Amino acid sequence: MFDYTFQWRQALRYVPDLMDGALVTLQIAVLSMLIGGAIGIVLAVGRTAQSPWARWPATAWVELARNTPALFQIYMAHFGLGSFGIYISPYAALLGGIAFNNAGYLAETFRGALRAIPETQTRAARSLGMPPIQAFRLIVVPQMFRIAFLPTTNQMVWAILMTSLGVTVGLSTDLTGVTQDINARTFRTFELFALAAVFYYVIAKVVMLGARLLAWRLFRY
Amino acid sequence: MIEVENVHKSFGALEVLKGVTVTVEKGEVLSVIGGSGSGKSTLLTCINGLETIQKGRILVDGTEVHAKTTDLNKLRRHLGIVFQQFNAFPHLTVMENVTLAPRKVLGMGKTEARDIAVQQLENVGLGDKLDVYPGRLSGGQQQRMAIARALAMSPDYMLLDEVTSALDPQLVGEVLDTLKMLADKGMTMIVVTHEMKFARQVSDRVAYFHKGILAEIGPPEQIFDAPQNAETKTFLSSVG
Repeated sequence: MFDYTFQWRQALRYVPDLMDGALVTLQIAVLSMLIGGAIGIVLAVGRTAQSPWARWPATAWVELARNTPALFQIYMAHFGLGSFGIYISPYAALLGGIAFNNAGYLAETFRGALRAIPETQTRAARSLGMPPIQAFRLIVVPQMFRIAFLPTTNQMVWAILMTSLGVTVGLSTDLTGVTQDINARTFRTFELFALAAVFYYVIAKVVMLGARLLAWRLFRY
Repeated sequence: MIEVENVHKSFGALEVLKGVTVTVEKGEVLSVIGGSGSGKSTLLTCINGLETIQKGRILVDGTEVHAKTTDLNKLRRHLGIVFQQFNAFPHLTVMENVTLAPRKVLGMGKTEARDIAVQQLENVGLGDKLDVYPGRLSGGQQQRMAIARALAMSPDYMLLDEVTSALDPQLVGEVLDTLKMLADKGMTMIVVTHEMKFARQVSDRVAYFHKGILAEIGPPEQIFDAPQNAETKTFLSSVG
């Protein structure tokens, strides 16, 4: 029935290359989370703002990011803008696309977390003589951080997996790109992608575990 | 001295305070009683400027609370307020809850703030809970912590908004004892309360609020034993 001989040993020779790819993957994921997180906070505040000039663009971003395929977002950054003669490298397009996506999802996470903190907390802080920004920084933000922490961790794992889409815009240095490159030369498709899958799995698990430990350290209450 | 002069306050179409006038002298304990929705809690949040008013004015030691030029953050240092729902900061320990404002608002040093906090917390019987998070405290303990937190700012006035209403009956006593202790020390207080016995014991004067109007005010003996106002009579007989 099957006419395929597994050649794991040949695939295992490429582990160091996959390692290099995994580092690039992790780098893109971390950067996309930092950029997406920073924009996400701005969008979350923007969506709750009084002025439509702040609310409308923030809402549009969140709607687009959450309701269109991540693949399109990355594709648009590279080929879409390319149609207008704007060249974005595969690395930058992937990073930008995922950051765009992250910002949309994280904005909603942060907005939900903000709403979960009772208004009475701010009133209590203001009653003690704190100006609004100080009350927000010392009382609201730390509590928001805790509520948003686990969903943010999930988004991080999602970001790691999304980096595999870089191959569609021709990125060859991340984990999937490296795997695909070797595959094109050796045709050990099953072995190579199974191995890469193990890499993704381990990275995702380590990130989750690290987040749990960090949460346990940070949130003692 | 807190002077409330003809204060009107509305939430949208609903007028909660309909021209309230009352003066609280330094060292006085004024209890405010009345049915729910009578405007008594709103009066407190208007005094510390958490709520705006539509008409009239409120003076705290001569400073007009709702004047545009008034620095509310500065004014609030003199006005301690404790709420029905405790409002403990859950992410901070008992000690951090109490030292936060003295340090960040008054700019006090760590040691000084800590000393004051320890003293205030010991006074309210929480000297052994310094490093505990509020989530581990009972309602009564959280409320006593909130009182210590307000006192750590060395306020000139304490505004207490139904501070025992959210507590289990067996925990009410410990909080009331704390308030009695404060009254004995001469703290100026406005106490919105449903605890009639307590109001009778600690108050210099008692004010009865009815539908946004200060219906009757006088010494506890007058209000409780010989109320002049028909509404006051009805209210007191209904609460027993």
